[in-house]
Amino acid sequence: MTASDLQAVLPLIVLAAGATILMLQISLRRDLPLTITLTLLTFALAALSCIPAHDMTTRQVTPLLQADTLAILFSALFCIAGIITTLLSMDYMKHRGDEPEEYFLLLILSTLGACILTYSVHVASLLLGMELMSVALYALVAYPDRSILPLEAASKYLVLSAAASATTLFGFGLLYAYTGTLEFSELGNRLATLPAATNTSILVVAIVMCLGGLGFKLSLVPFHMWTPDVYQGAPSPVTGFLASVSKAAIFLVLLRWFIEGNLFQYAVLLEATALLAILSMLVGNFLALQQSNIKRILAYSSVAHMGYLLIILNVNDNRALASEAALYYLIAYTVTSLAAFGLLSLLSAHQATDENAELNTINGLFWQHPLLAGLLFIALLSLAGIPLTAGFIAKFYIFSAAVSGYHWLLLGSLIIGSGIGIYYYLRVIFTMLNHEDSPAAINETTAIQNGVSVKFISFILIGAILILGIAPQPLIEYLQSIL
Amino acid sequence: MSLAILIILLLAGGVVAWQAERFNRDLPRWISLAAIALALLYFLNTVSGLHPDSFSLSPNPTEASSWLIHYQLDWIPRFGIRFELAMDGLSLLLIILTLVLGLIAVASSWDEISFKPGLFQANLLWTLAGVVGVFLALDLFLFFLFWEVMLIPMYCLIAIWGHEDKAYASMKFFIFTQVSGLLMLLSIMVLAWQGNVVNGQYSFSYFDLLSLQFESRYSFWMMLGFFLAFTVKLPGFPFHTWLPDAHTQAPTAGSVLLAGILLKTGAYGLLRFCIPLFPEESMQFAPIAMTLGAAGVVYGAILAFAQIDFKRLVAYSSVSHMGFVLLGLYAWNSLAIQGAIMQMVAHGVSTAALFMLAGALQHRLHTRDMNQMGGLWQAMPRMGACALFFAVASLGLPGLGNFVAEFLTLVGLFKVNPWMTAIAALGLITGAIYSLWLIQKTFQGEHLHQQQNTLKDFGQREMITMAAMMVVLIWLGLYPQPVLDLTQPVVDGLQSMFPLEPIFHGASL
Repeated sequence: MTASDLQAVLPLIVLAAGATILMLQISLRRDLPLTITLTLLTFALAALSCIPAHDMTTRQVTPLLQADTLAILFSALFCIAGIITTLLSMDYMKHRGDEPEEYFLLLILSTLGACILTYSVHVASLLLGMELMSVALYALVAYPDRSILPLEAASKYLVLSAAASATTLFGFGLLYAYTGTLEFSELGNRLATLPAATNTSILVVAIVMCLGGLGFKLSLVPFHMWTPDVYQGAPSPVTGFLASVSKAAIFLVLLRWFIEGNLFQYAVLLEATALLAILSMLVGNFLALQQSNIKRILAYSSVAHMGYLLIILNVNDNRALASEAALYYLIAYTVTSLAAFGLLSLLSAHQATDENAELNTINGLFWQHPLLAGLLFIALLSLAGIPLTAGFIAKFYIFSAAVSGYHWLLLGSLIIGSGIGIYYYLRVIFTMLNHEDSPAAINETTAIQNGVSVKFISFILIGAILILGIAPQPLIEYLQSIL
Repeated sequence: MSLAILIILLLAGGVVAWQAERFNRDLPRWISLAAIALALLYFLNTVSGLHPDSFSLSPNPTEASSWLIHYQLDWIPRFGIRFELAMDGLSLLLIILTLVLGLIAVASSWDEISFKPGLFQANLLWTLAGVVGVFLALDLFLFFLFWEVMLIPMYCLIAIWGHEDKAYASMKFFIFTQVSGLLMLLSIMVLAWQGNVVNGQYSFSYFDLLSLQFESRYSFWMMLGFFLAFTVKLPGFPFHTWLPDAHTQAPTAGSVLLAGILLKTGAYGLLRFCIPLFPEESMQFAPIAMTLGAAGVVYGAILAFAQIDFKRLVAYSSVSHMGFVLLGLYAWNSLAIQGAIMQMVAHGVSTAALFMLAGALQHRLHTRDMNQMGGLWQAMPRMGACALFFAVASLGLPGLGNFVAEFLTLVGLFKVNPWMTAIAALGLITGAIYSLWLIQKTFQGEHLHQQQNTLKDFGQREMITMAAMMVVLIWLGLYPQPVLDLTQPVVDGLQSMFPLEPIFHGASL
């Protein structure tokens, strides 16, 4: 391993080193401000280290990792998401848990797992990254120790997620038995050269098992059952992290697996993903209609959004456009989810015990905290795909990718799903704009601190969503150049 | 550039009006008035700077330089998306209508809004900016963007300042337009993709797409996507159900904008995009479209007669009148199209006035129920006279703009399909019934309202706005030639490019 190899994986090294230092610091002396400073420093350095790493050409660093601009772009995105989550967690954790220092350690570890996934071109590194990310997340979900809901959510997530990981592992095991390789690209080569007489049904079973396991992590229908409960029970900053970073990382590795392994050649597989996509779009949106808790609404909406994203895997003819669409969508979705859950974190930061994200907590929010309400307003418009927001360009991309492959069924579901989606997004917006019923609820239960960091985060996120929606060309050009 | 400045002026005016609320609660409406007046003056100044001959030249729909003003800027080159604005006689007319009705909307809500007046005026101005954008955008992506973006401030107007059932009404309005808009987006994407297949690059420009030669089995469905989006907005029967709810619940200014100009974006879209982009498919589809139009004329009139809510009655009368637009456009001959355009202007003014009256009545009586009105003429003679004027305008009294519009449409339509004309002509009779019924129930008859004597008649401000609208309608009715001259070249340009006729199967129809 040469110095330039190390440079190419610098973000991973920085994050790992940061985690180690933080662990030592906590064991020597508990000091929350210092922990937070170190966490922010680690994330910032890791994000900055993406700049020198970016200068390197694409290279294979050990058989496990492939350092290319794609990996580095998303590592940087995840580190920035880590910074935002840390800032959101600061107030939140002060009121929950006696010793919140380890929370930040877990956050770094989970981000490290996500970054490993972006580099991953090998089953071993896929599992390593996925488990590192998930195991840290179980603990993060359960961290607030004074209430029952997080604990329930964490147990549910732990059991189901472990089962999903095992399924994925089994699927990869079967693939290995057939092809004798764990590398994605080699897998593609071996699959292509398999003798025609080979029984492919086991192969299909294997790939579908992998898809099921990863589909669980992406909360695609019918593997979505855990999503609303975990989203609701988890602390809001963690939910934001779970909804944005962990989803994006898993989807990215899924995309790589499909492209490197050239899995597009299996019609059955494509049909399976199309089915998952249609079910997720329709069921996710439909179930979101029934909810009155904002976190549950957003949970089901994320199910639907993963369905929209999965359309990409069906676009076979126009792979470059499809990958571009997927990357743009992932970036837009990460920013938007962070914004939506960020607002909920800020709202619930001062609720002493259980979080209450029922719709009526934000009744009339717009008239009392215009900036915060504006953040949720923009985030919801972006999720709904209204022009001038990041979500619209993302949806536009999906449209153009799907149109280029003439996938009418998927497009139809996309339109129906989006139509249903408007209703529940508007319901939240309408509640925020309401000025007639007594908006007392918010004054009693929450006293939102309008500190500098709150304003800073709100402005950054609103700005990011609008810039991605109004002037997407620079990012599009960049994405085109790295694909 | 001047067109972009027009939009920016309205957007910026909105921001200033919003923030001005901090200093003085009366300031926003003055700023709003000033911003629209400034935009109007600026626009008229720009237009007067053009060469007089250029107005009589027929613009070639595929040649941007032959339009009155054309402005473009690269925006998202990845998809060939440009910030492309262009104006011909049609958009010129509709922008003047938009800005004038904008002024009237501000005047009509002068002392109605007490909650957050700054934000109210901001939303009003942003809606106007969106509508002006719709009338100017000639890049289909940009057009779609304005189409969607104008919804949000309109949604806010209804959802925040609306009446008792605003949640339902605003939601219905948004979902109807949004879902049909997504179908249009899909059509736009398929069209642009066809362009990409043929030319090897994306373009959303109207001029490029219009000259695109492609043989596609999807074109009928694409046409349908556009048609649905525009017909929902128009609104054409049977997609009109959002309109009575949205109108009834919207604040006065919201209703004025909705009836006066937002509905016209649907008609404009049909004439500008749907028919020229898919001429053959449209002409095949014309019998269905015209049937929907004729059904709308009759159905809207019958339902209008059945209403006891003042605003709902006017809303259903809009459905009836917009049916004429659908008929006129799909008859696709010069007279009928001119009639449809006249109808857009005349209906915009007369309905805006009726909604303003409805708002004024609700402000005074706190009800829209006509069973609780009656005999109001005695207490408010000026208001009664105005109501009578606009009611007879709406029923198509010769000498006023609406008559010219409906007459031209029917004459043009007769050449194409006499039976359809006969059905549509029923609209003139039924129109008389519900319009006069409206006057009888509210201003004539017995005194029903208790505080009859304390009611305040129209003041100077209201009378000025009413008088302005009356002048417009009389002018359109007596001397419509300038308006016809303005749009004739546009109609000629389209007609010479697509010399087609609606295709009716079977001679009986």
